[in-house]
Amino acid sequence: MPYFIPLFIPLRVRRDPIPKLPVLRRLWIGVFLSAALSSPLAAAEVNVYSYRQPALMQPLFDKFTTSTGIIVNSLFAEKGLAERIKAEGVNSPADVILATDIARLTELVEADVTQPVNSALLEKIIPANLRAPDGRWFALTQRARVVYASKARVKPGEIISYEALAEPQWKGRICSRSGASDYNVALLAAHIAHHGEASAIAWLKGLRANLARKPQGDDRAQIRAVAQGECDIALGNSYYLAVMLADPAQREAAQAVNIIFPNQEDAGKNNWGAHVNISGMAMARHAPNRDAALKLMEFLSGREAQQIYAEINNEYPVNPDAHWSELMLSWGKFKADDLPLVEIARHRVRALEIVYETGFDQ
Amino acid sequence: MRLASINEPGAGGLPMTRAAAMKLWPDPWRAGAVLVAAIVAMPVISLLWLAFNPERNIWPMLANTMLPQMVLTTLWLIAGVGAGAILLGVGTAWLVSQRQFPARGFFEWALLTPFAMPAYLTAYAYVDFLEFSGPVQIALRALTGWDGPADYRFPEIRSIGGAILVLSLTLYPYVYLSARAAFLQQASGVLEVSRTLGHGPWAVFFRVALPMARPAIVVGVILALMEALGDFGTVDYFAVRTLTAGVYDVWLGMGNAGGAAQIALTLMGFVLLLITLERMARRDRRFHGAAVSHRATPQTRMSRPWMMAAFLFCLLPVIFGFVIPAGILTRMAMTRLSLNMDAIFLGYALNSLMLASMASVLAVCIGLFLAYGARLSAGRGQKILTRLASAGYVIPGAVLALGVMIPFGAFDNALDALLKSWFGISTGLLLSGSLFALLFAYVVRFLALSFGPLESGLTRITPAMDMASRSLGQGPGGTLLRVHLPLLRAPILTAMLLVFVDCMKELPATLILRPFNFDTLATHVYTYASLGRLEDSALAGLSIVAAGLLPVILLARAITGRPAQRPPG
Repeated sequence: MPYFIPLFIPLRVRRDPIPKLPVLRRLWIGVFLSAALSSPLAAAEVNVYSYRQPALMQPLFDKFTTSTGIIVNSLFAEKGLAERIKAEGVNSPADVILATDIARLTELVEADVTQPVNSALLEKIIPANLRAPDGRWFALTQRARVVYASKARVKPGEIISYEALAEPQWKGRICSRSGASDYNVALLAAHIAHHGEASAIAWLKGLRANLARKPQGDDRAQIRAVAQGECDIALGNSYYLAVMLADPAQREAAQAVNIIFPNQEDAGKNNWGAHVNISGMAMARHAPNRDAALKLMEFLSGREAQQIYAEINNEYPVNPDAHWSELMLSWGKFKADDLPLVEIARHRVRALEIVYETGFDQ
Repeated sequence: MRLASINEPGAGGLPMTRAAAMKLWPDPWRAGAVLVAAIVAMPVISLLWLAFNPERNIWPMLANTMLPQMVLTTLWLIAGVGAGAILLGVGTAWLVSQRQFPARGFFEWALLTPFAMPAYLTAYAYVDFLEFSGPVQIALRALTGWDGPADYRFPEIRSIGGAILVLSLTLYPYVYLSARAAFLQQASGVLEVSRTLGHGPWAVFFRVALPMARPAIVVGVILALMEALGDFGTVDYFAVRTLTAGVYDVWLGMGNAGGAAQIALTLMGFVLLLITLERMARRDRRFHGAAVSHRATPQTRMSRPWMMAAFLFCLLPVIFGFVIPAGILTRMAMTRLSLNMDAIFLGYALNSLMLASMASVLAVCIGLFLAYGARLSAGRGQKILTRLASAGYVIPGAVLALGVMIPFGAFDNALDALLKSWFGISTGLLLSGSLFALLFAYVVRFLALSFGPLESGLTRITPAMDMASRSLGQGPGGTLLRVHLPLLRAPILTAMLLVFVDCMKELPATLILRPFNFDTLATHVYTYASLGRLEDSALAGLSIVAAGLLPVILLARAITGRPAQRPPG
C-alpha cells in the first residue's frame, strides 16, 4: 500500500490534539500526494467500473492480464457508478462498464456516459437482439427468471407459467423478494409488454394475494423458505440455485426444489418463453484506454471467458461456441422470451409504479 | 460585521456587550468558521441543487401509493428506536454512574461493546438465527413436531419490530455515552441537596438529574435517530419500507436521482425540525451546572433485589447487543478460518484503520472549530451552514456520496481545463476518486458525531469561564486551548471514538467513492454477504468488531477516568 505511506507521516508528527497550521498543511500535501500516486499511470492498463460483484470477475480479469499483459483496475459498487462517471466528466478514468441488468445498461446510455463501439468481432459473436444496434451496450450472459417449486409439495406440471402464479389455488403458498427489486421489476415490465398494463396490475394483485409472507430477502432466501416449508413456490434467477448447490451449507435446501422454466410450449397461449435478463458491458464515453478497453470487451465475449461465466456462475453465455456447464445441461434447453430487451427497459418505470400502486411490498 | 446575535440565548451563546465583542472577537474566527462550514455543507448543498432538477415530479405518484405507508413506517421506526435507545441508554448510564452493584466497573465499558457491531451485521446474524429457515425455528420444529407456519406462530424477525429491536440494541450506546458523561459531570452537591430536601431516589432521577442531563441525552438520541434513518442496509434487510427505501427505489428503479435527493432532504429537514423543536422547548433554560466542585458523586448502595435488577438491566443489552450476534458470527467464521486468513485481508484491515483514524482526527478538529465558532458568535447564515454541515448523517451514505462527487468532479474538471488552457498542463481528476474524496465524505457524513458531543460539552461549560479567561488577557484561541480543551477532554475522546468506529463500519459511500482496487473490511464483508456467503464474510465482520472494540474499551477507560481522579478543573 505505497500510497498510504505519505498519508501516515503527518499523523506521527505531533500528538497535540489541535494541530497547528504547518501540520495541517503537511497533512493536506500528504493526501494530495497519495491521490497522485494512486492514480493510474501510463502503462498498458484498462479501468473497469463494475456493478457486478468482483468474486466472479476477478478470475476473468486475471486471465485477460495473463494473455495480453494489460493490467485491469477495477472498482465495484452496486449503485452510483453512472453518476460517478458523469461527475468525473471528460477526465473520467472509466474504460469499460459492467452491469447486471438491462435497466442499468439503458440507464448508462440515457446518462450519456457510454460510446458506440464498432467491432466486427463483437457483432459476429453476440446475436443482434442481445446488443444495442449502435453498439452502446452488449450482453455477456443471460439469466432466466424461473419458478422454484417444492419437490415434496408441488407436482410436475402443476405450475407452468408466470400467469398461473396469480391463480387462487396458490393462495398462501408463494414466497417473493421485494417487488421493487430489479429482477422482479424487469419481469413485470415483460408482462406489460406482452399483455398490457391492466393485465399486469391484475396479475400482480393476484400474486400478492397468494403470498405466504411479506416480500423479503433475496432469491436464495426464497429457495430456503420453500425448502423449509414456509411456502411451496418462489421466483428466482436460474444461477442462484447453482450457487446454493455448490455451497455445502446450502446444498440441502437447494436439493429440495425443482427448477421450472415457465411459459414453454406446453403453456398454451402463454408460450412466450421464460423471461430472461442479461448482464452486459459498455464502453465509457471518455475512455482513456480505448484500445485496451476494446480488447477486454472482445475477450469477455470470447469462447474462453464465456465458458468461465457458464462454469463458475452457471449463467447462459451469449457466445454460441461456449459450452454450458453440466448443471445447466441437466436443466435442459428452454425457450427464452425473444422480446427485445429495450422493450423491457421501456416499461420499467411504469412497472415499478405498479409495484407501488398495488402495495406489493406492504 | 453583524453582532446582534451575540446576546441571543442559545447553545452557549456568550452574553457580551457589543463593544466587548468588537474588541475580543477578531474576524478570522468567524470567517474561518463560515468557510469551513460552507465546505463541509457543500455535498448537502449540491444535493439541494440536484433536488431542484428532478427528472420528473415523483410526489403525485408517491402520495397516491406508498408515501403514507412509508411515512408511517418511518415514524414508527423513529419512535421505537428513540424510546428503546433512551430506555437502555439513560437507564444504564444512570445505574453505572450513580449506583453500586456487582460488576458495575465491567459494565462501564461493556455497555459500549454493541456499538462496535455494525447494525447490518447484527441484523444479518439475528435474521439468520431466528428466521423460519434458521436454527432456532428448525430446532423448535424438530422438538415439537410442528412442521409449517400453520402450526405455530413465531414472531417475524423481518419486521418493523425486529428492526426497532436491533437498531435500539446497536444505537443505544450513543445515548449511554452522552448521558453517562452528563451524569458524571453533574455536581454531586445538586443531587445531595435534592435528597436533603426530601426527594426519594426516583424523584432525584426524574426531577433533577434527568432534566439537567437533557441536552446531552438529546444529542445522543438525535444521533441514534439519524443513523436509524440513514442506514438503508439494516432496514432493507428487515424488509421494512421506510422513506429511505423509497430514496433508493426512486433513484435506481426510476432513474430519478433528483427525486431521490428530494426524499433524502425531506428526511434531513425532518430531523432538523426535531432539533429545532427541542431547542425551542428548551428555550431560555441554561445547563451549565455549578462547575466549581467536581467532587465525584458517591455511588449509592441499593438493597439486594434492586442490585440484582440493576445487574440484569445492564447485562441484557450487552448480551443481546453484543454477545449473541458476535457469537453467531464467530461460529460462522470458525467454519471458514483457513480460507480467510491471508495477507490481502490484513491489507483491508490496514486500509480501514488508517482511513478511520484520519477521519476521526479531522472530524474532531472541524467539529470543535465549528462548535467553538458557534459559541463565540453565530450569525443566522453561519448557524444554518453549521446545521447543514452537521446534518449529513441522516442522508443515506450512497446519496451523500452523490453530493460529494458532483462538486469534486466539477472542481477537478474546471481546474484541469483552466490549467490546460493557460499552461498546457493536465491535472486530470485531482480529488475525485482519490482517498481524499473518501476522507472528505467520512468527515461530512460523521461530522454530526463529533459536533454533537463537542457542542453539548461546550454548553456545559459556564460562560463565566470564557469571561474570566478573556479578562485575564487570553484571546478566543488561547481560551479554547488553555481553558476549554482541558475541560473538553471527555467530549473530545467521545467524539473521536464515535467517528472512528462509524468509519470502520461505513459501507455505502466507501463503495461508490473509493479508488480503483481498494477495499476496506466493510466493503470486503459486503462483497461476500451480497453473494449470500455470510460465512465467508464473518471473519472480516468480526475484525470490524474487534478493531472497533479495542478503541471502544481504551477510550471508555480514558473517559471513565472518574472526576475524582482527574486533575481539578
